[in-house]
Amino acid sequence: MKIKSQKDFFSGLMFMAVGTAFAWGATNYNIGEGARMGPGYFPLMLGILLAAIGAFTIFEALVVETEDGERVGHIAWKPLSFIIASNVVFGIMLGGLPAIGFPSFGLIVGIYALVFIAALAGDEFKFKEVLVLATVLAIGSYVAFVWLLKLQFPVWPSFIVG
Amino acid sequence: MDLINNLSIGFGVAFTPINLLYSFIGVLLGTVIGVLPGIGPLATIAMLLPATYALPPISALIMLAGIYYGSQYGGSTTAILVNLPGEASSVVTVLDGYQMARQGRAGPALAAAGIGSFFAGCVGTLMLAAFAAPLTEVAFKFGPAEYFALMVLGLIGAVVLASGSLIKAVGMILLGLLMGLVGTDVNSGVARYSFDVPELTDGIGIVAVAMGIFGYGEIISNLGKHVDEREVFTSKVTGLLPTKEDFKRMIPAILRGTGLGCALGILPGGGALLSAFAAYTLEKKTKLKPGEVPFGKGNIRGVAAPEAANNAGAQASFIPLLTLGIPPNPVMALMVGAMTIHNIQPGPQVMTSNPELFWGLIASMWIGNAMLIILNLPLIGVWVKLLTVPYRWLFPGIVLFCAIGVYSTNNNTWDIWMVGIWGVIGYMFIKLGAEPAPLLLGFILGPMMEENLRRAMLLSRGDWSVFVTRPLSASLLAAAALLIVIVALPTVKRKREEAFVEVD
Repeated sequence: MKIKSQKDFFSGLMFMAVGTAFAWGATNYNIGEGARMGPGYFPLMLGILLAAIGAFTIFEALVVETEDGERVGHIAWKPLSFIIASNVVFGIMLGGLPAIGFPSFGLIVGIYALVFIAALAGDEFKFKEVLVLATVLAIGSYVAFVWLLKLQFPVWPSFIVG
Repeated sequence: MDLINNLSIGFGVAFTPINLLYSFIGVLLGTVIGVLPGIGPLATIAMLLPATYALPPISALIMLAGIYYGSQYGGSTTAILVNLPGEASSVVTVLDGYQMARQGRAGPALAAAGIGSFFAGCVGTLMLAAFAAPLTEVAFKFGPAEYFALMVLGLIGAVVLASGSLIKAVGMILLGLLMGLVGTDVNSGVARYSFDVPELTDGIGIVAVAMGIFGYGEIISNLGKHVDEREVFTSKVTGLLPTKEDFKRMIPAILRGTGLGCALGILPGGGALLSAFAAYTLEKKTKLKPGEVPFGKGNIRGVAAPEAANNAGAQASFIPLLTLGIPPNPVMALMVGAMTIHNIQPGPQVMTSNPELFWGLIASMWIGNAMLIILNLPLIGVWVKLLTVPYRWLFPGIVLFCAIGVYSTNNNTWDIWMVGIWGVIGYMFIKLGAEPAPLLLGFILGPMMEENLRRAMLLSRGDWSVFVTRPLSASLLAAAALLIVIVALPTVKRKREEAFVEVD
């Protein structure tokens, strides 16, 4: 058996997995009956439907010929990991990690961290350029979000301002 | 006259200096962000949504409407200048618009898009105002069975118009519906699929989903491509205004496009998209005047007509949202999310319980359109400059604004983690060729569908036939079934695939 469309095959797999998971999860809640639907009824229905659609997609991916095999292609690990890492680090800087006693470093430090890590995801990384970009974004965000929009942020590290 | 009366209430609300200012800021921000390459209207609205949190509801809605129009116009600008349609409905604009830009006629193309959109927006607003009241009357006659049937029709409509695989689009909708169910069930109080995480009992935030998929996912996918695969803007823009000849050709095209947009836009699903396609096809069918450039080679009618249709359709798609509370497309789904954040539940009751807000919003749509043309005709040069900003400066900024924006939704880092997770999921969708837009629509409709299904079934005492014995619900479902049958017909299927191929 040859996979004729990789993209469809894995999409189908995803639909089946998610559908099954939701349907299985729904059985933990009260299903109820048509006239009195419990919290499990609708998700169970949808989950089964999604799993069926997934199965059909997989079937199609194995049967219907495509010109180039619709390959998924390589995964861009570098941008994927740096973008997500920059996001996570920003969150940690902003809120700290109370569970392990890591203090909040505030918005400004967070912006510098985010911009530097995110910039590593690109093709070229020029330290000076990134520094300027981070500074511009830090000042801009401070003016726009803290001054003008008065949104509530921890701006400075908590161990300095207390 | 009721209509004039109502509109004067609306303009009374919207024409205060402070609201005009918010509308202006909204349009400006929407255009600035929307013009940036690789950021579609969905990402733009999601990113700018937090900027409205601090405002009173009316001002916030007015600013949001401004952001919406700005981002739409920004999308057309990138379509014309960089050959990069930000969303499906500007796909046809690319065909002739980009060719015009390559011939150095980007200015007239942008002006045609702007003027076409403005005219269509004016007509669309009038139509919205005229139809809103009678349609709201109808809306009150809608029972839960009708609402459920209408949502089914809307979702099917969205699938039919999605490009690419039908079956995968259906899958994405179901996925969205299921994701929308995460959180506390309103009827039983059971926290579903929340794994004892307190934040998940409130459900997944639509802002986090939209930013993750359309912001982060797109960025990661863009960065994964080689530099030469990314579309960049290179040509020069000279002569911003259309010539007399251009005007003569585009005016009838704009009229035709507007007519089509108003008629088709009200259909649930993707009214704006359908009308843009239909308008382009219609223009192509009309005879070329002597000396006119053929279509696909930079004909100004090929820009003006679909842009007018697109905007009229977008305007008309506010009708089901405002009268029935049902978002007809993903952008509107995001607008529902925005309104809910401001404690406004869109639906027929808004007009009666809060007429100032309702008519103020409608008036602000016209103002938004007017702002757009005032702002854009003189500023085309600036937008063109913005397009030359290198991507390596842009994307860290986008990531930052998404993270800040989503944090300010609840002042909770949980939402930042959610954007990250949805970013990974969004990238996966792109890799698998599964279109994420229907997911967003399903996401908003999930809880609404469940609620109406439950109520309909409760009223019918568990009898499923209620959906086909009530005439209105039966005809809505019949229309949905018809849509599926039509699309599944071999000849139509081929045509549909051809249409999307031609557009690619």
